[in-house]
Amino acid sequence: MSRDTLLRVTGVGKRFGGLQALTDVNLAITRGHIHGLIGPNGAGKTTCFNVITGLYQPDSGHFELAGKPYSPTAPHAVASAGIARTFQNIRLFGDMSALENVMVGRHVRTHQGVLGAIFRHPAARSEEAQIVAHAEALLEFVGIAHLAQRTARHLSYGDQRRVEIARALATEPLLLALDEPAAGMNATEKSELRDLLTRIRDRGISLLLIEHDVKLMMGLCDRITVLDYGKVIAEGAPVEVQQNPAVIAAYLGVEAA
Amino acid sequence: MNTRYSLLRIVLFSLLLLVFPVVASHFGNSWVRIIDIALLYIMLALGLNIVVGFAGLLDLGYIAFFAIGAYLAGLLASPQFAVIVESLQMEYPAAGDWLLQLAGETVAAQGIHWSVWVIIPLAALIAGIFGALLGAPTLKLRGDYLAIVTLGFGEIIRIFMNNLNGPVNITNGPQGINLIDPVRIGGLSLSGEAGSGGVVHLGAWSVPSVNAYYYLFLLLCILIVFISQRLQHSRLGRAWIAIREDEIAAKAMGIHVRNVKLLAFAMGAAFGGVAGAMFGAFQGFISPESFTLTESIAVLAMVVLGGIGHVPGVILGAVLLAALPEILRHTVEPVQTALFGHIWIEAEVLRQLLYGLALVLIMLARPAGLWPSPRQEDRPLPASDTQAGGA
Repeated sequence: MSRDTLLRVTGVGKRFGGLQALTDVNLAITRGHIHGLIGPNGAGKTTCFNVITGLYQPDSGHFELAGKPYSPTAPHAVASAGIARTFQNIRLFGDMSALENVMVGRHVRTHQGVLGAIFRHPAARSEEAQIVAHAEALLEFVGIAHLAQRTARHLSYGDQRRVEIARALATEPLLLALDEPAAGMNATEKSELRDLLTRIRDRGISLLLIEHDVKLMMGLCDRITVLDYGKVIAEGAPVEVQQNPAVIAAYLGVEAA
Repeated sequence: MNTRYSLLRIVLFSLLLLVFPVVASHFGNSWVRIIDIALLYIMLALGLNIVVGFAGLLDLGYIAFFAIGAYLAGLLASPQFAVIVESLQMEYPAAGDWLLQLAGETVAAQGIHWSVWVIIPLAALIAGIFGALLGAPTLKLRGDYLAIVTLGFGEIIRIFMNNLNGPVNITNGPQGINLIDPVRIGGLSLSGEAGSGGVVHLGAWSVPSVNAYYYLFLLLCILIVFISQRLQHSRLGRAWIAIREDEIAAKAMGIHVRNVKLLAFAMGAAFGGVAGAMFGAFQGFISPESFTLTESIAVLAMVVLGGIGHVPGVILGAVLLAALPEILRHTVEPVQTALFGHIWIEAEVLRQLLYGLALVLIMLARPAGLWPSPRQEDRPLPASDTQAGGA
């Protein structure tokens, strides 16, 4: 069991002033799974996400990735440990080209510094060539190789999402965390996204997914965790979760007796 | 075809750069001197461009690193060290004697006179260290807040230089350091030997001193341009630009923002330090007056007006803004005399006015700078225009 668990977080708590955003949250993601995180607005999904990826400092909790504890105190350390993420409102490097955006993703797996940049010795040149090749391959993988040289801010919304996913994949993550990737997409784009996410899973990368589109989540996810008021209220396969009375109550409210 | 054309352009441009001072010195050495100063400003602007243009960290105290380079040259290549030893002996005899012992009689009497080959790398190193030191407390600040703190640092350095003449006289205070050694290359002084009237003799050749400095500064500029370009198109340069574009996303992509920012501060400051050391040797005299906030702002204006983050643009901005006041200085009065027969407005007043007006007009007409970074699809098709507006 434990060998198949990629990410295990236990007892996560996070408080913002008087608001207890997360209370004793436990989450375990199995290797090769697409794991969904759902809940009504304000349930703490994004907070949970930001804590796992090191953007927020948790008040408590134990974090373990691939059997090794990691401390989510700095985002760059989390990325280096093997968790990459995208953002709810896309955060690309707007003035850079799509290709350069993905190349930045290679930063954490490459090493050349000032001297390599200035002298471009053979090691630096071969590393740079690898960065370009890797980034081009990833743009191909997400299906926008033809847009490589376009400035990121001028790409369409759907293509920006793809660049962001390619950029996250460039960090060679074990776990790819996506914050509402389907937000603002139409039906065609959603089905393309779904196809893309499945292909990412087939590469052996596990996914953590926050999404509002319940239909998409039920079809896509292997397991789903439901948050409400900062607490886990249900966890299981999509069908189980769908029938869980607590989940139904959280989404639709409880009938006054 | 295309490469041959651009090669031709490069050759022509280099020829122009090489011949320029020879032609210009026929019209008076002051024109070459203006360009010498402009070349120093190019070095400064390119250094600041790394901090402001690439990494997006608004630095209003950048001239401090220019000052550090200049004072380093002032201490290590002038009789100033003798003044320090003497002053220390007066104030604290024991410490003064110890320093005398340490330095030796000759150095203590004549000051330190190190070679330019030691001073240039040392200026880069020391200014770089100061760049990182002054950058460290500002790491969490952005935009306006960062600008205010760096402005303060810039002023602190200048005020230090102004007041470090007591109790032990290190910088000579407001009087500044005089008699800084000219640059010597292989025993040849670029300011001309004593009594030569500012002419450098090399075998049968004789060149005005300003021309000799022109070639040295040009060489340093080319080196700095080269380093800037290479840095920009590297893993590190991309990390800087990523931080400028979106710091949170940069962190999430695994960029160690603290280290990468400090490196930007240090690299930028190192260029400023080199320019400062050259300034000291070129002028032979430095005082805190040369390193005021106005200078910081002038360098920033060069970067912004030329095209922030774009090396050729920044060079253009530096040349224009360094040369414009001088050109106006030389033309404002003759033009008035020619037009109206006598001078209506003082040259100095009109010069300031026109300079300011030029800045405003350029920024209105070209808000991204005179020569911003080119992007192919900055001319979007009409259909994609609405899309870009909506995004």
